[in-house]
Amino acid sequence: MQNFIDAYSWINIRYLLQGLWVTVEVSVASIILSYIFGTILGIIRYANIKYVSAIVGFIIDLIRNLPLLLIIFFTYFGLPNLGFKPAIIEAAILAMTVFESMMIAEIVRSGIVAVDSGQMEGALSNGLSYWQGLRIVILPQAMKNMIPALVSQFISLVKDTSLATIIVLPEMMYHAQIIYGQNTNYIIPMFIALAVLYFIVCYALSLLAKYLDKRMSYR
Amino acid sequence: MIHIFATQWPLLLEGLGRTLLCSIIALFFSLIIGSLFAIFEIMPNKIMRVIGNIYVEVFRNIPLLVITMFFFVVIPLYVTKINGFTAGTIGLTIYTSAFIAETVRSGIQSVDPGQMEGAMSNGLTFWQSMRYVVLPQAFKIVIPPLGNQFINLVKNSSVLAFVAGFDLMYQGNMIANNTLQTMPTFFVVGILYLVITMPLSYYMRYLEKKLA
Amino acid sequence: MKKLTRFMGLFSALALLLILMTSCGSNSALSKRDVLQADKESNTITWGVKADTKLFGLMNVKTNQVEGFEIDLAKAMTKEILGKNGKAIFVPVTSQTRVPLLRNGNIDAIMATMTITPDRAKQVDFTRSYFNAGQAILVKKGSPIKSVKDLDKSGSVVLGVTGSNSVENIAKYAPKARVLQLSDYAQALTALKSGQGQALTTDNGILYGMSVENPGYTVVGGSFTKEPYGIAVNKGQDKFRHRLNKALTTLEKNGTYNRILKKWFGNVQGFNYEEMKR
Repeated sequence: MQNFIDAYSWINIRYLLQGLWVTVEVSVASIILSYIFGTILGIIRYANIKYVSAIVGFIIDLIRNLPLLLIIFFTYFGLPNLGFKPAIIEAAILAMTVFESMMIAEIVRSGIVAVDSGQMEGALSNGLSYWQGLRIVILPQAMKNMIPALVSQFISLVKDTSLATIIVLPEMMYHAQIIYGQNTNYIIPMFIALAVLYFIVCYALSLLAKYLDKRMSYR
Repeated sequence: MIHIFATQWPLLLEGLGRTLLCSIIALFFSLIIGSLFAIFEIMPNKIMRVIGNIYVEVFRNIPLLVITMFFFVVIPLYVTKINGFTAGTIGLTIYTSAFIAETVRSGIQSVDPGQMEGAMSNGLTFWQSMRYVVLPQAFKIVIPPLGNQFINLVKNSSVLAFVAGFDLMYQGNMIANNTLQTMPTFFVVGILYLVITMPLSYYMRYLEKKLA
Repeated sequence: MKKLTRFMGLFSALALLLILMTSCGSNSALSKRDVLQADKESNTITWGVKADTKLFGLMNVKTNQVEGFEIDLAKAMTKEILGKNGKAIFVPVTSQTRVPLLRNGNIDAIMATMTITPDRAKQVDFTRSYFNAGQAILVKKGSPIKSVKDLDKSGSVVLGVTGSNSVENIAKYAPKARVLQLSDYAQALTALKSGQGQALTTDNGILYGMSVENPGYTVVGGSFTKEPYGIAVNKGQDKFRHRLNKALTTLEKNGTYNRILKKWFGNVQGFNYEEMKR
């Protein structure tokens, strides 16, 4: 019990929260960037543009089928060979964005596919162009269906930032490791604290999503 | 890189085998547990709904590593001895099942509620109408996101590396440290992961097309 | 036809991967750069250090600074080489990241409990040893295991940490034992407490630190290997390496080394720091 009291001293908690702040920073940046790029890539893949869609599709499959850990590794250690040396936080955001964009692209594509193909025909016969039909008719419906899958993905993203510990990004998991490095007895208290803090962040995210989901259903 | 594979293939293949085995076990059980809790979440009985909700929200929102470490260090202290592979597989099953439950639930709910009412007014019980009417339709909708979850599962199995589960990532770490050929080793490891996940994702695509 | 294009696409992508890969590792521009000269111009030396290892390099949660024997030694060496105003920058590394970071030029030198081994010497160059650790084992008090030899039977499980060469040594001294590698010392110790293995092995300095915190556990059998820690630099940086060696000699002669040693190891129970004096 004493271990728990010592482990949860204000200094340690403050250090953990500093890590949480980095986790949130990296997550927010990656969520925004990967949502934008993912949607664009998903549409490109769906749209059947000659060659482009096939190549984009292949890259999406290649990257999303690799463990994120490896992508973080390659970003941080591989890029300097190509003459670009990112800072740790840049490398982390870059790796997360690349990986999560591919995951989201796949969600967006399958979301569009799931919308009845008759809708597009209807839009086209009403004089809309292909892109107009996609933007005005298909995407709004697809986006609504996608929300649960997207939220799951964003929740994964927040937790996956912990993998950047491997390149010594000072996020929450790394800070927890530093704290239990001071005294090895702090490991179980720290893991419990991690569970609670990640839960709070991720659950808030999923509540937000549920709220959005409900609002969209009423329309 | 070829050199790494040529000299280290026994370790790498052992790792690949472990990763595959753990993924298949976790896939099987998480599909069952996940579907079960998904149905709990939409049952008329309120207590069941609450149980389903708590399970999903708790395990979906805490990191896999934390769940796995719990089984690796806490369970042996108080309950029974389990090794890293078992602890990792249990952790992976529980974690994935929460995601699968969420996916299946949203699939079931996107089936027109009139279908359920119709089935029940035709004299089927809740479970019967679930099984014969709603689930087959829901399954079609959830195939793509489930495919995503399966791929995630294979990749997440790399958590075994943290609890000495002798999986592909663990062996990769070991080889990288022994040879100090970090990048080539992880390229080989990456390709071996692709060997499992790429066919899976193409099969999912095929299934999706076939069902559409 | 469509399938064929897809297949070709897959192949060309794999080929691309291979090319990318071969470009990794060999970094000719960096190896030509004279690190010592560059460091003198910028008046800084960038060190890769441990941030999670008690006594050697540990992040202080209050001040957000790394502290430890290696940190103090690196600071003293920096001042010796660059003069009073020389600055030492510390980049936290792990066993997994230290060599790639050195090769990429993110750090100039590694001082992170890295044992000089022939295998490692093929990849990086080492200075003379700055600390002579030895590998030992930590067990629960009252355990039937009295030395590493008692572990040499089938069914015994030894816990270690990924990236340390202590794991390879166990294969030498207790070949029948099974080794489980965990990602850090705290995890390994927690696994020992929950009975995942009978003994934990790593360098003695680290183990003594653990036994102080956990009175139920004790170091047995003394150290059974010699683990000379060296500073690693990139291949081809002989000037820098010689200068580091010279700085180390100076610090040993003027008593700075012993002062730092006493500061960190003087009060560690069971650790005979007098023996380590230079």
